[in-house]
Amino acid sequence: MPRINSPSELEEIRKEIQAKRDPNKPCIAMCAGTGCLALGARKVIESFKEEVKRQGLEGKVDVRENGCPGFCERGTVVVIYPEGICYLGVKSEDAAEVVLSIQEKKVIERLLYVNPSTGEKATYEQEIPFYRNQIRHLIGNNTRIDPRNIDDYLALGGYGALAKALFQRTADEVLEEVKKANLRGRGGGGFPTGKKWETCRNALEKPKYVIVNCDEGDPGAFMDRALTEGNPHSVLEGFIIGAYAIGSHEGYVYIRNEYPLAVENLGIAIEQAEEYGFLGKNILGSGFDFTVRVGRGGGAFVCGESTALMASLEGKVGEPRAKYIHTAEKGLWDKPTNLNNVETWANVPLIINKGADWFGAIGTEGSKGTKIFSLVGKVNNTGLVEVPMGITLRDIIYKIGGGIRGNKKFKAVQTGGPSGGVIPEQFLDAPIDFDELTKLGSMMGSGGMIVMDEDNCMVDIAKYFLSFLEEESCGKCVPCREGVKRMEEILSRISEGRGKEGDIQQLERLATAIAEGALCALGKTAPNPVLTTIKYFREEYEAHIKEKRCPAGVCKELINYFVIDEKCPGCGICVKNCPQGSITFMGKKNPVVLDQSKCTKCGTCFDVCKLGAIEVR
Amino acid sequence: MVNLWIDDHEVKAKEGSTILEVAREKGIHIPTLCYHDAVSSAGACRLCMVEISKNAHSRLVTSCLYPVEEGLVVKTNTERVINLRRVIIELLLARCPNVKVIQDMARELGVEKTEFELEDKDCILCGLCVRVCEEIVGVSAISLVNRGNKREAATPFYEASNSCIGCGSCAYVCPTGCIKVEDVGDKRIIPRWKAEFKLKKCRVCGNYFAPEAQLDYLRRELGLPEEEFEVCPNCRVIDNDVSYEEV
Repeated sequence: MPRINSPSELEEIRKEIQAKRDPNKPCIAMCAGTGCLALGARKVIESFKEEVKRQGLEGKVDVRENGCPGFCERGTVVVIYPEGICYLGVKSEDAAEVVLSIQEKKVIERLLYVNPSTGEKATYEQEIPFYRNQIRHLIGNNTRIDPRNIDDYLALGGYGALAKALFQRTADEVLEEVKKANLRGRGGGGFPTGKKWETCRNALEKPKYVIVNCDEGDPGAFMDRALTEGNPHSVLEGFIIGAYAIGSHEGYVYIRNEYPLAVENLGIAIEQAEEYGFLGKNILGSGFDFTVRVGRGGGAFVCGESTALMASLEGKVGEPRAKYIHTAEKGLWDKPTNLNNVETWANVPLIINKGADWFGAIGTEGSKGTKIFSLVGKVNNTGLVEVPMGITLRDIIYKIGGGIRGNKKFKAVQTGGPSGGVIPEQFLDAPIDFDELTKLGSMMGSGGMIVMDEDNCMVDIAKYFLSFLEEESCGKCVPCREGVKRMEEILSRISEGRGKEGDIQQLERLATAIAEGALCALGKTAPNPVLTTIKYFREEYEAHIKEKRCPAGVCKELINYFVIDEKCPGCGICVKNCPQGSITFMGKKNPVVLDQSKCTKCGTCFDVCKLGAIEVR
Repeated sequence: MVNLWIDDHEVKAKEGSTILEVAREKGIHIPTLCYHDAVSSAGACRLCMVEISKNAHSRLVTSCLYPVEEGLVVKTNTERVINLRRVIIELLLARCPNVKVIQDMARELGVEKTEFELEDKDCILCGLCVRVCEEIVGVSAISLVNRGNKREAATPFYEASNSCIGCGSCAYVCPTGCIKVEDVGDKRIIPRWKAEFKLKKCRVCGNYFAPEAQLDYLRRELGLPEEEFEVCPNCRVIDNDVSYEEV
């Protein structure tokens, strides 16, 4: 492929690519994202390819490996184009039937989505409530392109925004457009992107660097991975446009090495973009030069923090430093540096293509556009969801997430990752945006959203997140290193029934000191899970401390399992499964007997009993 | 020059200097543990935090890092600051209950005891040893390794470091005295770094005075002849005109 030297050449090539493609040619689009691959999609994809061969359909039916469509719960996700028929939970054994159905123009009913509340089936993606209630500007193209084929991206109009920015806009105009759109940083802080770019652009020193932050350390969030894996060119296009607006000629993508597929697909995308002339010298003949290098992170949570990330890129230990002099002035190698998150960069081509007004029409007063959340935990439909800012938690959890699993009662949702906060039921109707989440004591953070039900203990949850943060603290500053450890210690004590009067006050005192005294945002936000659980579920803490009772029945030291004699028919399934041998079979039709002194409270009996004859209290 | 207020003093300060530097110059006390004017600031202990305000908005910053600004109002002893320092010193006291400098500072800040479970460590992880070794000595024989609570100052792989010259600068700057340097006969031992050095005998008085490795390093770095390092500092004569040979 020769380099593309002008916008008109780009349009010619785009037409050529489109002309070669028959929009009516059947295509089996299969998710080859990390989630589906973990469920065994590789084998499924190979089976489909073989089946297409076996049925003599090579060249007549395409099999496309694409990025994550978000519905990870139901992988492997397969979409049959041009109709857009969506099959979920597809296995290798289904290959023959699906390929045959394409020939016969049939729909396989058993692989369709069934709405658990109505029993209705949905044939097309757009009919599935999980998708229907989303606005998928960023992630929507994941099912329509092979991330390793730049032509797929070009066929959908890719790099058109770059040509527009370079040839129809000055750098200042691009900057103004992004400012006007009021795009805010998707990495969690929500800082206005345009303002950040402007500070870096106005900084006197040269060279200037730009960085894509794809560190995504929250174990519960994976939207950056999905975008980088599934549509890397959209990130690169935004990145190049931003570099042009800022006046930078050198960029870095910092990506965690634990995302091997994203690293691979991004590397391929960069090579292809260089080959086509979207990267390198004299991009599209505009005179603008920009090169991109990839830096791989070792997987420390703290390296998502901008200064720690830059230290890591420089080859130093990834530890944060004070930002009294902003990184826009002195960042990477002490030069002006602009860092944005993957999702932020991916929004830029949309803004340039469709305009700030279009972008500004989506969202709330203070937060514009869409946001991708990782919806996980005890909801029926887990996965990645892209929604307009301002949507309510209720809509996300019930309309998109399909409500709470097993008809349990909703208790709270943790947003923003491990250092976010929990939000209880009374705020389910709050419009979700940067400012509202902060007001509720949580934050946008990573975009993680963990739904919890009545079976979750809030002390246990706080302890869980604090132990994660304790482990991921870099240890540089005293409040975070020593303070978070002490908070975790107190929480452990409370959950083990050794809590004492004054523990809540001590937690609050430590929380204030850490929030005020820690060096970086990781430390400053670390108390959030504790503060919000105390704020909204104080009575649960008090039950643990004063009554030595865990109301949710989670904290092992505070619970016991009992056999409800009236409900137990003596089937013996619990006897067979108890690893301690603490349940004795007393003959058919007689209730079993549980010996508390041998019981380790593993909960196996509770899980295996189908009759609800085991009780926890 | 910029004008600012620190507590009740109106002060003029050189641009680019930090609040802590200016305060110390004026004799205003701000407690620190990880600061030393010979090396770069880390902002790790957080004891030097002060409250600054600009346009009715106030926040806490580390004075060892925050550069002075025109019109800045700094308060070094507000309730917010004191409360924070108390929590920090209590956390350090729980970590190092038997370290005198921590006990003294805790008392100074009005913290008599801690309710946290006591550990018995002697290092507060201020990192001064690491910074002095890198920035002043220039050998980087030690660094801060591991993360979070597992963090510690150590040599690579916890083995005796080839780069260490046994100069003892780390021990000199250590605020808690946890790095010990022992000179016994013709040997210098730094147990914390598993380091052992042969000491050089002074050609004049016959006393052992410095590790040979350190003298070799200095000779290489300064490009001086070997004889320059054969006599201990005590036997050198201040008057340059008279050489020690003549004496």
